[in-house]
This record gives sequence, structure tokens and C-alpha cells, in this order.
Amino acid sequence: MIDDDQICTFYLDEQVFGVEVKAVQEVIRYQNMTEVPLADESVCGLINLRGQIVTAIDLRTRMGLPEREPEQLPMNIIVRSACGNATSFLVDRIGEVKEVDNQNFELPPGTLRGDARELVRGAYKTETDLILILDMERAMTVMDA
Amino acid sequence: MNIEDAELIKDFVIESQEHLGDIEKDFLTMELQGAEIDLDLVNHVFRAIHSIKGAAGFLGLPVLESLAHREEEVLNKIRNREVIPTVEVVSTLLSATDGLKELLDCIEVSNDMDVSEKIAALDRILSGSSESNDTEAANPSDDSQRDNEQLVKESEATLDQATAAVETLVNEDSTPSPSDATASNDDTAPSPVATPAPKPTPKPTKQVEAAKSPSSLSSDSSPAETSIRVDVGLLDTLMNQVGELVLARNQMLQFAERFDDNEYNTTSQRLNLITSELQEGVMKTRMQPIGNVWSKFPRLVRDLAQICEKEVRIEMQGKETELDKTIIEAIKDPLTHLVRNTVDHGIESPDVREAYGKDREGCLMLRAFHEGGQVNIEICDDGAGLNVDRIRTKAIEKSVITEQQAQSMDEQEICNLIFAPGFSTAEKVSNVSGRGVGMDVVKTNIEKIGGTLDLESHSGLGTTVRIKIPLTLAIIPALLVKCAENRFAIPQVNLMELVRLEGEQATSKIDWIQNAPVYRLRGQLLPLVDLRNILGKAPKERADNVESEVINIVVLRADDQQFGLIVESINDTEEIVVKPLSAQIKELPVYSGATILGDGSVALILDVLGVAQRGRVLQSSGSRNPGSQDDSSNAEAERLQSLLVLGIGQKRQVAMHMSQVARLEQVPDHMIEEANGQSVIQYRGKILPLIDMASVLGVPRSRTVTPGDDGEASTELASELTNQVVVYSEDGRSFGLVVDRIIDIVEADIDLVESTSGNGLLGSAIIQDRVIDLLDLPTVIQSAGHRLA
Repeated sequence: MIDDDQICTFYLDEQVFGVEVKAVQEVIRYQNMTEVPLADESVCGLINLRGQIVTAIDLRTRMGLPEREPEQLPMNIIVRSACGNATSFLVDRIGEVKEVDNQNFELPPGTLRGDARELVRGAYKTETDLILILDMERAMTVMDA
Repeated sequence: MNIEDAELIKDFVIESQEHLGDIEKDFLTMELQGAEIDLDLVNHVFRAIHSIKGAAGFLGLPVLESLAHREEEVLNKIRNREVIPTVEVVSTLLSATDGLKELLDCIEVSNDMDVSEKIAALDRILSGSSESNDTEAANPSDDSQRDNEQLVKESEATLDQATAAVETLVNEDSTPSPSDATASNDDTAPSPVATPAPKPTPKPTKQVEAAKSPSSLSSDSSPAETSIRVDVGLLDTLMNQVGELVLARNQMLQFAERFDDNEYNTTSQRLNLITSELQEGVMKTRMQPIGNVWSKFPRLVRDLAQICEKEVRIEMQGKETELDKTIIEAIKDPLTHLVRNTVDHGIESPDVREAYGKDREGCLMLRAFHEGGQVNIEICDDGAGLNVDRIRTKAIEKSVITEQQAQSMDEQEICNLIFAPGFSTAEKVSNVSGRGVGMDVVKTNIEKIGGTLDLESHSGLGTTVRIKIPLTLAIIPALLVKCAENRFAIPQVNLMELVRLEGEQATSKIDWIQNAPVYRLRGQLLPLVDLRNILGKAPKERADNVESEVINIVVLRADDQQFGLIVESINDTEEIVVKPLSAQIKELPVYSGATILGDGSVALILDVLGVAQRGRVLQSSGSRNPGSQDDSSNAEAERLQSLLVLGIGQKRQVAMHMSQVARLEQVPDHMIEEANGQSVIQYRGKILPLIDMASVLGVPRSRTVTPGDDGEASTELASELTNQVVVYSEDGRSFGLVVDRIIDIVEADIDLVESTSGNGLLGSAIIQDRVIDLLDLPTVIQSAGHRLA
């Protein structure tokens, strides 16, 4: 169940995910990042977003999905948490913005494993796909190594 | 209360606080001038209080209004020369002003707060002069009628106050008030009169007040017209954006070079100039003169001096020295504490001063000036200076240091002990200072903002505390280094020097004591830490040929301890804008922030303290001792210590603290000479007595070096026998301890089993699965027949 009726979709390992549109600040292409040694492995690095330093989190690593092919450059989805902190999620590619109906919302399927289960709030059934709704705040919170 | 009102009240509070902020010093000047009042000055104060009163009435804050009103009345009498601003009068006015401030600080509940005591005190002054002028005296009683609501509440308290008032007045001798009896009568008088009086409708009064206030404002608004109040957050955003503009400009300038178009070049140059000026301007908006903090000190010093029965004059130099607003905020408390301490402990009582042939009045001097990109603040007094003996005794008593350590410390080091945690010399705890949490907090607070603190004391002449702080926290000079393809910034404040070792030197100059590399920096052992290692990267592959081997060492200081950080390359220094780290990586202790470099890429800022701790160069923060010659002590035994393990004889192993080790030397046999029946060597132009540890400990000397234990020694064994000498300094004298092997440096949590004293050992402990004796060096030296100075 989400407050917004529009979601921004993206792909991770051929699976469709979605986040509320109003949380998304912008989508940018892959940028060079500054590595942060010692940080959690899902922290990919820091990017300079017009003077603001934003931490990039690889959602594949965060979700425990297999690593991306080296030649495949991820995209940045810059999202803002409720308290205004910007974080960048690295995803395989960005999808479209979809209108969704809360009637089609269901809790995460029991078959979902490990990390992913914690980070998914539920699924929207569409005619073709199943869109998993990302729990943004949880995905942003990374325990330190 | 609707939002608009809340807005209004907020503005009122800020404005009133500003008004009150600068009238304190006016009160003090009034006190100095005494009967010869400066009308302009009194008018200035009067207007300030008047505008507060007016606005308070308008906003429905009766308590605040009534207090301000009384204060205004007293000022009016001073203005009309009916009351002379004596010490007592000014004290009452100051305390009333404090009352106003308190009310302003918690404005929401101000109507329920009790200020009756302060009002009573003011009334006492008013009634004191009423004898001389009856028409004026009518006013206060009118006012008290208006405030009758409050006085009903207060009437219970009034009796107590009356008693208190009598007591106060007994102590006073120079008050203009007539007799104690009249004063107390007058004090109680208004309430019975006021209670039966019909309650006047408050509304018209308030309107009158409100109507009065604009006129007073307009006459007093010259500074307000030229300045506006801006939210600091907005300035921060503005500064960030200007930072971005600078980056965009840099990129544009690069294009300009490429295009070689005249018009484009001119435009970009103009853009360049404007951007620089804009940046400078925005930076300036955050700067404030240090006088803003100092302005409250004259009052503080005056009050303290009265409490401590001392005479203190305060002098200020360099009030206009500007600092970043955040720094101003950060140094407020430490400075206040230092000033308080100076008056309480530093300056002697007038009689004592006179006995020493000094002025009865002590002088407290505050100085601020810019130097080398930093702001220097000095707090000097001409008092007694620090009592070194007492500090030493106290420090030992409170087990801040041990007796042994105390012996080896010079006066300067002893003086700096007052900054050690848990130290206070005050014989009795006064309400002014001396609660035992003081100077160490001052020191940590100053260090937190990248500042340093230094103390200089001359017995009988005074004490000077010197504080050095950066101009601004937002922009710091930093050194950029490279490691594992990443660039890192190291704040310049922590940087001591840079060392570059090339080719042959890269291997020969670094000594390995087992796994711990050390570098001899001008004879001192400098522990080395590899940044790659710290960051969890694989060690760098060694260069194929020795010539191309380069080691860059950045010598850093963290918490008085120096260490060398090995980096791949050293790039440049740059002024960087510090940005906070996001929540995901904030907890990593090795980084203190991040920054955007000139080319737009992000670099992490290393936290030198965090790096040192991770590299185990620093002992965990509490166990650090201020003296450079740390001795082992039982009090510290349970903490992690860094020890040098030495081999003596075939099997015996002893250990000493790394901090006791001045140098490690290898001395060939032929260098050893004989003087006064002792073995000595010539060392750095001085005679260094040698102490053979084997004979001290009664162990047969073994010169056989186990292969692999110390490779270097075994190769040299062929040509000549060398002695391993550990140079140890104490009280300015150095000794060379001759040992058979230098085995290792270990970090160990020692559980000392005490041995019988006198045999040169502190005790034994299990270190890395071996029983090792800990040397008691002063005893060792004594038993070897040397007397300590």
C-alpha cells in the first residue's frame, strides 16, 4: 500500500521494482564515483550532485542479487527520504512511470528470499508484470562494516 | 496564539535579546561614572528597556512588562539625577536585566514565572529616592496598581522578601535609600494598597504603550536600518551554490583556453572576477567580530570579582577580529570558563597583591589577532601564576600521574596537567569555578573545532592561556594524498611534515621491529602506518628495482602523538569545503567528512585521530599521559600499552614502554670508551653512559645472536660485534641501555604481578604467551650507580 498512485519503475536482474514517484528527485546516468574503503559493500561510492555529496548504494548488492556484468553501467535514481536526505540507488535500467491501483496491491510473496524480503513492501499486479515496491527508507539504511 | 502572533513574538524575542545584549556594558560604564552620568548613555539604556516594555505590553506579556517597567522607572530616576548609579543600584539593574533575559528565553511560560524578588529590589531603589521627590513616587504605585493581579500572587512572598531586603540593606552602607526600616515598610506598602484598588482595564494601557514604542524605535533604529536578519541555513545554502558556481567557472575557463575566442575570453574572465568577489562576499556574511562574545565578559568579571572580593579590571584588544559564526558559538563557553577561572584562581586578593608590591587591582587582558590563517586568542592575567608544587601534589593525589612521572616532568608539563581530565586544584569548591570538570572540557571543546590550547605561567607574574583556532570551520586547508587510486584530504592542522624516501633509502631507513615499521626521524622513533593497510587494501607490490622504490611519509600529529602515514603519492594542498558524510558512512571513524575537489570529484577527508586509533598508534584516548616520559604505573596497567620487548642473556626477556624509548642505536665495540669507571660512548656531542642490562639483572651476557631473530646483527657479527643500545632520557639526562636483542614492539593488555621492589623491575606480566619482566628504569639507573639529577 502506498500513498502515491504513481510509481517509478526500474529493473534489477530482470525483475521490475518500483518506488513512489514523489520520493524520486531525479534520474541520472552513471557517474564516476569516489570509493569509500571500509564502508559496507553495498555502498558503491560518493557522487557529486551539483555540489551535494550523495552516497550511492548498489541495490543489487543490497538485495543480495548477483553482480552486474562489468560492461553494463548502472543508472542512478536519486531519492529523498522523509527527512530530506538524498541517496542514490544504482539500478540496471530505468522503466516507466506507472499508475497503480491499491486494489492490486499484495504483500510480498512468501517465496521471496533473505534481504530482498525485508526491503520489499509488497507487490502490484499488472497485466504483464509483478512490480515489487521497494522499502526506500530501509534500503537506504546500511549498517556499517 | 495564532501563527502570526508566534512570528511576532519570535521577532520580539530576538530583537529584545539584542537590545539587552549591549546594554550590559552601558550599565558598567554608568557605574564607573557614578554621579557624573552621561545622559546619552542613560537614554540609550532607557530606550532599550522602554521598547521591550512597550512591545511586551502589546503582545500580552504582563510579567515581562512589569519588570521592564520597574527597570525603566529606576533608569528614569537616574536620568533625572534622583538616583545615583552606585554599585548596589547597578547590581540591582543588572539582575533585573538578567530577569528580563530569563523571561525572554522561555517566553511561552513567562507569564507564569516569578520575578517578584527582582521587582521588589527595584522598588526598593524607587522608594529610596521617593523621599526626595514625591511626585515621581506616585508613578510606581500607579504601576503597581496596574500590575495588581500579579502583586496579589506575590503578596505571600512579600513578607519574606521584606525580611530579605532588610538583611541586604544592613550590609549596604552607601545606598541612597534612607533607613532599613523605611525601606522594608515601603517595600510592603504597595501590596495592601494595590489589592483593594479596582483593576483597571488593561487594554487602553497597552495601546498607549504600543503607541509610544514606535517613536522610541525610530530614534534608536540606525543600526537596524542598515542590517537585516538572515537565517544561517540560507547563508549555508548560498555558500554551497557559490561553491558550485566556482566549479562551473573553473570548467568554463578551461574551455576558454581551448576556443581562443577573444570575446568569449573576455566574458569568461569577467565571470571569473565576479565569481571570486561573490565567493568572498558570501564568506564574509558568516563572519562576526569576536567582540560579540567578549561583550558579556565585563559584567561577568565585575560580578565574579565582587563575589571573590577581588578587584579586577578587564582590558580587550582586537575586539574587531572576525571569526566564523559557528566558531564564535563554539568558543563562547570555553572562553567564559577560562575568564571565570582567571578571576577565581589567577588573580590574588587585593591585600595579597599589595603585599607583593602589585597594584591592588588585578588586570585581565583579552587579546585577539590573526596570524598565519588562524585566530589567536590570549587570556592573560597579572596574578600569581600557577602553583606548580600544588598542581604536582594534587595530580599525584588524584592519580592523574605517578610520583615517578612527576619527577621527570618540567614546569611547563606540570602546568599543562590542569587540562587533564578529573583535575581541579581548588581547595574548596566555590560556586564560581572548581568543580573538577573544567579545564579538560575547555581543552576538548577547543580541540573539537581544530584549535590548540597552550598555557604559560610565570610564578608571581601571571598566567597566559593561548588559544589558536581556524578562521572558519567550513573551509580548511588540506593536503591531498593518493592511495589505492583514491584521493584523500588530510587537514593541514594535523600535518607536521612530509618525508620522501627514494631508492636505497626506502628500504634502509625504515626499521622493522617484527611487523611494526618505524622510521628514525631526526633520531626519534616514528611509528609508521600504511594507509592502504588502514583502509583494508592489499599491500602495494614492491617495485622491481630498488631505484624506483619511493616511500612518501606524511608525518601527522594526533593527540600530541606523532606518527607517519605512508601514502602512495602526495598531490597538493587545497582549500577544501568540508561537507558532512551521509548516514550510511558517518560511523566510520577514519573519515571526518567529504569534499568536492576543484575538478568536481569527491574526496574523503581523513580523520587523523581515527586513523591513528585504527593503526594502533594511539593508545585508547584515556590512557594518554600529558608527560612525554610516560612511566609504567599500576593505575594504567589494565589498559592497552605499547611495549618494546628486549632480550637479555639467553632466555630472559624484559619490556619497557615505547614512550620511554628515545632512540635505538647500534654501537660497535670500538666506540665504547671508559670514563670514571663507567662505559660511555660519545653520542651527539655528549657523553652517554652505558648501562649493561645483563649485569644489572644478573644474567650472563650472551653475544650469540640466534639466526633469524635479528638478521642485521648476524651479518655484522662477522666483521665486528655490535651492541644494541636503547637510549632512554630522564630529567634531561640520557642513558644507553645495552641489551642483547631488540625483539618486538607489542600492544598488550598487561596484568602486572608485582615483584619485590628494588631489583629494577616493576613486576612480571604475560605478554604474547611469554612471561616478561617490566623494567623500572629509574631504579635500574640508580642501581647502576648513576644518580638522577
